[in-house]
Amino acid sequence: MNKPVDFQKRELKGYSNVQIGEKSKYKDTQTYTDPSFLFNEAEATPAFMTGSEVIREAIKRANIDLSVAYPITPQSEAAALIGELYAEGYMGDYFRGENEFGVMSQCAGAAFGGARVFTTTAGPGTLRAFENFPMWSGARLPIQVCVTMRGVNSPLSIQPDTMEAYFLLETGMLVWHAETAQDLFDWILKGYIVAEMPDVHLPIAVCCDGFFVTHTKDTVVLPDEKYCLPPYDPYRSPVPCMDMECPPVRMMRDPFVMKSNYISYMTQASWQLEVRAAIERSRKHTKALIGDLIECENTDNEIVMIASGTAVSQSREAIRLLGLEGINVGLIKIKTLRPFPHEEITEALKNAKKIFVPEFNVAGWLAREIRAVIPNNERVVCGPHVAGGMTMPSEVIADEIKKAMGMKVSGMTARG
Amino acid sequence: MSLANLTPSPGFEKWLPIEYRDLVENGPYFRDKKPKVSDMGKFKEIVEEHPMCAGCAMTLFIRLVFIGLPSPEHTVIVGTAGCGRLAISQGSIPFIYGNYGDTNATASGLKRGLDVRFPNQFKDVLVMAGDGGLIDIGFQHLMHGWFRQEKFTTILLDNEVYGNTGGQESGMTRQGQILKMAPRGKKTGKIDAMGLAKVSEVDYIARIAPTNPARVARTVRRAVLVAREIGSSYIQAYTSCNIEYAIPTPDVMQDAFDVEKDRYGFEEIISDRAKEFLAEVEKKEKKDKK
Repeated sequence: MNKPVDFQKRELKGYSNVQIGEKSKYKDTQTYTDPSFLFNEAEATPAFMTGSEVIREAIKRANIDLSVAYPITPQSEAAALIGELYAEGYMGDYFRGENEFGVMSQCAGAAFGGARVFTTTAGPGTLRAFENFPMWSGARLPIQVCVTMRGVNSPLSIQPDTMEAYFLLETGMLVWHAETAQDLFDWILKGYIVAEMPDVHLPIAVCCDGFFVTHTKDTVVLPDEKYCLPPYDPYRSPVPCMDMECPPVRMMRDPFVMKSNYISYMTQASWQLEVRAAIERSRKHTKALIGDLIECENTDNEIVMIASGTAVSQSREAIRLLGLEGINVGLIKIKTLRPFPHEEITEALKNAKKIFVPEFNVAGWLAREIRAVIPNNERVVCGPHVAGGMTMPSEVIADEIKKAMGMKVSGMTARG
Repeated sequence: MSLANLTPSPGFEKWLPIEYRDLVENGPYFRDKKPKVSDMGKFKEIVEEHPMCAGCAMTLFIRLVFIGLPSPEHTVIVGTAGCGRLAISQGSIPFIYGNYGDTNATASGLKRGLDVRFPNQFKDVLVMAGDGGLIDIGFQHLMHGWFRQEKFTTILLDNEVYGNTGGQESGMTRQGQILKMAPRGKKTGKIDAMGLAKVSEVDYIARIAPTNPARVARTVRRAVLVAREIGSSYIQAYTSCNIEYAIPTPDVMQDAFDVEKDRYGFEEIISDRAKEFLAEVEKKEKKDKK
């Protein structure tokens, strides 16, 4: 396990490939800024904007080299806004790919070449691109994809639904789930710092709920746009770019894929384990940047709700409604799905008698994840959950809890 | 990679295998006098040992490609599933294998990423993949790479079959052929990839069989130089599968000559701007020789 690290005093070192304070190679109005300063001390002002615009503002300060775009609702606007940043000179290259498999392969190519890469996708696009994600992890490419999640089913749905995050969980990528526009802004920038750490060096999916976050306006505090992250340094990669003698490329040269023996199985297995170990190693960097991997409110209550994404906001309001009736409920917000904060969750739920997991998907996958790691998991109620883009009013969540407590409920949900 | 990366530190030379020293000292990496195809057997090639089938024409072609590369130390090769990658990955040139059929999308990103990262140093990107990888599963990316005029070279190793997976019919298989997955014979004809390259306005297009080694090396060189300076380039090479087409090993070269004569004659289709560029380059080379 990781050694304990003092997160409060932990400093984030500026990269060695450039001087902090140097002008950006793309936009001479921006300077390479120490990430700690950018996140904690830089002058910042509130702005009121949509989630898509927030993605643009993050990328404006992320000093990316290249972005590839493809239209799919609800990420199209963000992808086009990044194109406008390219037109304004904020990055080296930008183009539209031919479909999401192509886009993610193009991102891989650019990352193999040593570029900091950003792309966005959603729903069916994520699934079309899917073969790439485990490949990115195995090849240790620290690409960032912002997933603005939507339904993946037939009949067609463009509405918010978090099913694709479930599919992403075992790709070997870091998967973070933003609740608010501010989370989205901060985590896109901080995601690069974590993903590019030599002992991590993995792709990252910063997920948010489509429409709920991308198409609503929210207040976001933005550091001044004269600051940007220092550039990616490909020489900090634990796997030298395309080196023939190191994993994973060594596997291609002496192709383990062609051999059926213990060494070939062991090579494949240990590399997959190493990718997962790298996810675990990301914890210390992540905590230094975004705080604890879960956020707890009143978890000493017997009833606790646990959620990620905008389901957290809905739960928070449900807790307020329940409070009016004298029912006290705790709340846990999960920030990172990979690494999964299993120890933190287990600790925070140790006094809970009943655990509710509100989710925007038909499977209730977050409930399964929690059930898999906590003791006495019969405490977990898989739900309430909605699917196909349906909203989950706070009243629905509150009623679900009251029903479980044997209380009378009124309104739609009372009909069963 | 550069030759400097390959060159052993002083004092370590004697500890390295003789083949390695030979590659650094006598290989085809950038130097004043690059070994020629006619010197084959006298210098250390980038690919010599490989796990390909005995008598494989594709292997001969791949070795010739490596000899023809104008700047192997500034080249990255992209491949995908198929027999070819088993030989290509034996070379001391960076080789990327990503997903099934993603080569030309990966190469598009790679070329652009390298351009952003190394604005003052050209980098050659070369896709080498089979007919299944490029014409079937990777088709959309092949075409869109051409439509976007991406500046890399695509070499289609056309053995007219999925060789590595055990002999299934591909888009480049000829009509009537009985192969796995075409048990009653392929219903439709061979896809006209040359024609597609032409309508996509690829700047340098060549069809070739490995019958004339010097011509293969020259064609590869031309294609790579055009991709470096002008636009997309494409080589379609007949590289027979002697296993799936049951060509006796001693007859593999005869088959190449026969197929070349029948339907795979050497052909170059070069855009005006690429012609102009190549004429200039080759004129300068002749002058330098004198």
